[in-house]
Amino acid sequence: MHDATLRAPAASAVHEPVVKAEGLSRHFDVSAPWLNRVIERSPRLILKAVEDVSFAIDKGKTFSLVGESGCGKSTVARVIVGLYPPTRGRVYFEGTDLQSTHGRAEASRMRHRMQMIFQDPFASLNPRWRVRDIIAEPIRAFGLLDGKEETERRVDELLELVGLAASDGAQYPHEFSGGQRQRISIARALASQPDFLICDEPTSALDVSVQAQILNLMKELQREFGLTYLFISHNLAVVYHVSDTVGVMYLGRLVETGPAKEVFSRPQHPYTRMLLDAIPDLDMTGRERTPVAGEIGNPINPPSGCAFHPRCPFAADRCRTEIPRPITRAGGHRIACHGIEENRIPDAVPPYQPGAGSVA
Amino acid sequence: MTAIAQDLWGGIRRFLDGDIVYSFRQSKVAVIAALVTFIMISSAICAPLLSTHNPFDPTTYNLIDAEYPPFWMEDGDPRFILGTDNQGRDMLSAILYGSRVSMAVGFFSILFAMAVGIPIGLISGYVGGTLDAVLMRIADVQLSFPAILIALLIDGLARGILPGELREGLAIYVMIFAIGISHWVLFARTVRGSCMVEKNKEYVQAARIMGRHPFFIMLRHILPNIMGPVLVIATINFALAVLTEATLSFLGVGVPPTEPSLGTLIRIGNDFLFSGLWWITIFPGAVLVILTLSVNLLGDWLRDALNPKLR
Repeated sequence: MHDATLRAPAASAVHEPVVKAEGLSRHFDVSAPWLNRVIERSPRLILKAVEDVSFAIDKGKTFSLVGESGCGKSTVARVIVGLYPPTRGRVYFEGTDLQSTHGRAEASRMRHRMQMIFQDPFASLNPRWRVRDIIAEPIRAFGLLDGKEETERRVDELLELVGLAASDGAQYPHEFSGGQRQRISIARALASQPDFLICDEPTSALDVSVQAQILNLMKELQREFGLTYLFISHNLAVVYHVSDTVGVMYLGRLVETGPAKEVFSRPQHPYTRMLLDAIPDLDMTGRERTPVAGEIGNPINPPSGCAFHPRCPFAADRCRTEIPRPITRAGGHRIACHGIEENRIPDAVPPYQPGAGSVA
Repeated sequence: MTAIAQDLWGGIRRFLDGDIVYSFRQSKVAVIAALVTFIMISSAICAPLLSTHNPFDPTTYNLIDAEYPPFWMEDGDPRFILGTDNQGRDMLSAILYGSRVSMAVGFFSILFAMAVGIPIGLISGYVGGTLDAVLMRIADVQLSFPAILIALLIDGLARGILPGELREGLAIYVMIFAIGISHWVLFARTVRGSCMVEKNKEYVQAARIMGRHPFFIMLRHILPNIMGPVLVIATINFALAVLTEATLSFLGVGVPPTEPSLGTLIRIGNDFLFSGLWWITIFPGAVLVILTLSVNLLGDWLRDALNPKLR
């Protein structure tokens, strides 16, 4: 607890952050079954989905994780919400270590204050349950309200809160569109009156026109209830629209963290620059771009040193051998890059103009 | 109360308007198979009303009436539409009562197989890891023995253990147990496979985040979503169980001749086949064929109707 406060970013030292991850790692054993390992002498394979990720989220703020598919964003979300235990590192919720023995008892009591909104609105609602039972499930699971009428009233309230009609509760999920289902998902997440919501690509399965509606609904709810969001997306336009702080992930590691405005206007890490350069530019400014080159590495056998070095135009010998430690710049902007540390990477042209051809 | 009635009525309406009913009406084979199955099941249930006498009760038939051919042949007697067997029992009555025994054994053995197989499959698929490996290896071992062999083994064991007077009375329960235990593997495997698909879906993760107990998740979330394939297996295996029962009875290890099932009737008739008394074995045999065929066709249709890829 105490050493954790010391290592927390300076910006949040005054208040206790709602959620804090400290050196979070999650490895998966993807080896062949025991018998095959013995007979075929195939090696043990460990997939390092998340490696040494630290961040803190203040109350009422939105922290976004961005990165390509398979970089470990969703795994971070699932570790934080408790679906997977972390291999190493700790998760603090309002200062309570959820992994300690004391924390685990506490965690079961605090679970209802932490909920999740999923990516696929077609898979996240049980197709055999009525919408009102789906929304009431957290209330029943946590025993938050007693009495049938009270629960029913609360479900009606929640349905109206997310822009549906109370009478929709009698329907089944398949009778709704993707956007409406995501509203049901949000209503379910809100049912236990959480303080912290984890949103795992909540708009990526939706039509562009519906994405904006859902994002605006989420922003309204944040203002109304003082919610804290961990927002996961690969859509940079969406991230720019919703975030206070952004973390860029590459192969399980956070390569750059900082205030959203700062990261988008002055990206430092070469990977962040590459991502921002890849946003389609409808204004046709003809600006020089570095295309995203190469494939994301293999998390079972990641490149040595800085995992990004095979794709990095500024890679030097040190990048191939030594894993970069994050350095902190002004305003809590943290970058893990040898090139930035050694000041040998030129400043980038501001690549992303807010609002220019953005989706949301 | 009215809300529940409304829900129920709405559910029935939705079901009647649904894809399943539409696909049923479109398939002539399914309609005919369902009709035949329905007639056979209901006439088996109503056997006491339809039959002229109770073939289980020796006081209701007379040895004098033995070996009458079906009524349309010369020497036929209009009292015995399908003729009589060597003891003077009316074949039609015997078949009605016999199919009752056969279907009861089939139905309850499948129910028993489901009661064993579904929980094992759910736990195996949901928990995974070592437990899954152990349970599935046990299932593999059992699957490598033919169902009939296992049933014979259990039946033989029961005969060895149980004293004579109990043996007759318990024969049906031993059959149900023997056939059920040799069919649970199919249910366990199907349920395990579907469960492994469902448990990774986000609605299950949502329930886990809410701290729901694994048993709650398995029974209320996963099970309702995997009942489709289970129903298909149950239908097809019902026909198989009826056949297994008939085979066992034909081999003489099944239900006793005093309470003949279709298989027992076929076996009794088999002894008289070469004396020209073909009706004693052919009619129960035909009923068995028609029953298993129509149930199987119904199962095939159900499998296609529930498979979204074939729609």
